[in-house]
Amino acid sequence: MIGITSAKSKIWSKMGARAVFGMAMLELAGQRDDVVVLSADLVTSSGLDRFKKTYPDRCINVGIAEQNLIGIASGLAHEGATVFATSFAPFISMRAGEQIRMNMGYMEMNVKAVGIGSGLAMAHLGNSHYGLEDISVMRSIPNITVLCPADGAEIFQAVFAAAEIKGPVYIRLTGGVNNPIIYDGDYEFEIGKSIRLRDGGDLTIITNGAMAHQSLAAADILQKEGISASVINMHTVKPLDCEAVKVAAINGPIVTVEEHSVIGGLGSAVAEYKSTLKNALPQLFIGLPDKYGKSGDYEYLIDTHGLTGEKIAAKIKEFCRNDGAI
Amino acid sequence: MPLDEGRIRDMAARMRRRIIDMARECGGNAHLGAGLSIVEIMAVLYSAVMNFDPACPKNPERDRFILSKGHGVLGYYTALALTGVFPVETLKTFQQNGTDLVAHPVMNPRMGIESSNGSLGQGLSFAVGIALSAKLHKKEFRTYALLGNGECNEGSVWEAVMAASQFELDNLTAVVDCNDMQSDGESVEIMNLSPIEDKFAAFGWKTVAVDGHNIRELYGALASRDFDGRPTAVMAHTVKGKGISFMERGKDWHHNRLTQSLYEQAVAELEAI
Repeated sequence: MIGITSAKSKIWSKMGARAVFGMAMLELAGQRDDVVVLSADLVTSSGLDRFKKTYPDRCINVGIAEQNLIGIASGLAHEGATVFATSFAPFISMRAGEQIRMNMGYMEMNVKAVGIGSGLAMAHLGNSHYGLEDISVMRSIPNITVLCPADGAEIFQAVFAAAEIKGPVYIRLTGGVNNPIIYDGDYEFEIGKSIRLRDGGDLTIITNGAMAHQSLAAADILQKEGISASVINMHTVKPLDCEAVKVAAINGPIVTVEEHSVIGGLGSAVAEYKSTLKNALPQLFIGLPDKYGKSGDYEYLIDTHGLTGEKIAAKIKEFCRNDGAI
Repeated sequence: MPLDEGRIRDMAARMRRRIIDMARECGGNAHLGAGLSIVEIMAVLYSAVMNFDPACPKNPERDRFILSKGHGVLGYYTALALTGVFPVETLKTFQQNGTDLVAHPVMNPRMGIESSNGSLGQGLSFAVGIALSAKLHKKEFRTYALLGNGECNEGSVWEAVMAASQFELDNLTAVVDCNDMQSDGESVEIMNLSPIEDKFAAFGWKTVAVDGHNIRELYGALASRDFDGRPTAVMAHTVKGKGISFMERGKDWHHNRLTQSLYEQAVAELEAI
């Protein structure tokens, strides 16, 4: 247990995903001498300034060179270190994609690649910086665990859990500052085991990352209109909690909600497994379209992409009506 | 320990002979040119330079070797087998179904294979991480990475080159097998990096150029342990396909199949020496 309290959750929410990540790393390094963090010239952006001051020898900046970032991280891991490596989500997942494949996938080096500012969090910086395809790429590489924490508390959980397993992990950080709170007290976090955030009898929303909050908001709206939705936080996209998908599929239709392209992400992972089940109902994919859209602030982006609680609820209502699913 | 040139030359000759057998026995195409060009480099490293106990390939104090030019396996596997890390008989499994001895190395600590390679431009970064770890933990071992001159077309090589200099990794040696060729032919025609040592020097590396088939010169460059804060780059000027007349400097022998008659010719040439 990492000691999640309501007061801490409020602070983490204000700090935002990246600062919380840095704080979790600082705490982890205090407990474990084998932990090293590398960044490709994004020490500050990864919330690691205090880490660098406290453990200068264990914070290595490789410059703006993501391929080398993963190679060096893997050499350190080869010698026994537990290495976290950070860069913006598209850079680490795709610029260094083949290094991740060889070193983390093929050789299973104990490296945790951290994609900061994923989804639409980079807002005005534009599509060059958005994490739209990172889960799709990471998920298709064998041996890599893929984690998408839902809030500050879960970033702590994900960092500690990733360090606990000896093997490669991709951690996807979504949401900016003032990240909504999902967890304000201690809870059990286990890699590969999803968490039911809300019970409902009509359908199941499966989500993760910053979309957990919007999905809960959507479920609240639907409740008022007589549709009762369960919400599952699928914080681990790989290995997928198939049992939870199976239970959801038995109980009704599944809606997946993700801040990622609808190709290859959480929705696809759920659908791949669901396609093996007899009599499973159609699935509603809610996520980012297969294109590069206009840029703007985060609120503008989730609104135009229909990823606010209200718009998610409206899509689900329409889905229920058209498909007669419930 | 004085340099026993004769012993190393004998090892190199035995490696070449095994390489030809492996290429014939595997029945298919093999990377002969690049395997033959590194024979002396590998023989000097494994039998005279590196602190490496074949009986204990996982010894934490061992010197590390990374075959960044992963297609050079014929020179790698024969060096490991002839120094006794695994039985020479195992070489017969090269490129057989389900083998440990694949056409590009697959990490296997028990067999002394330090890392998986085959995607060019990645091994030097990995070696930088290992050398950095040695510095952080004040370990004495040295890290060697072997690259091809063609491999240096990869931009990621230069990311690693600048990092090794920045981190003052004087416990790291990069050897560049300068056979001046690459898959499509002569490097000078395709992507000319010559003089490549100047590029390493510009990034702050110590550089030395040697005849990559001369045991004494290689030993002098590779065994030197001069801790002045700079990594070492050894430009080993070699001949692709070295030792087999019809393969030497031949583009066609980058990846090719040895027929029975060519095999017999190659064996005859090696045995005539």
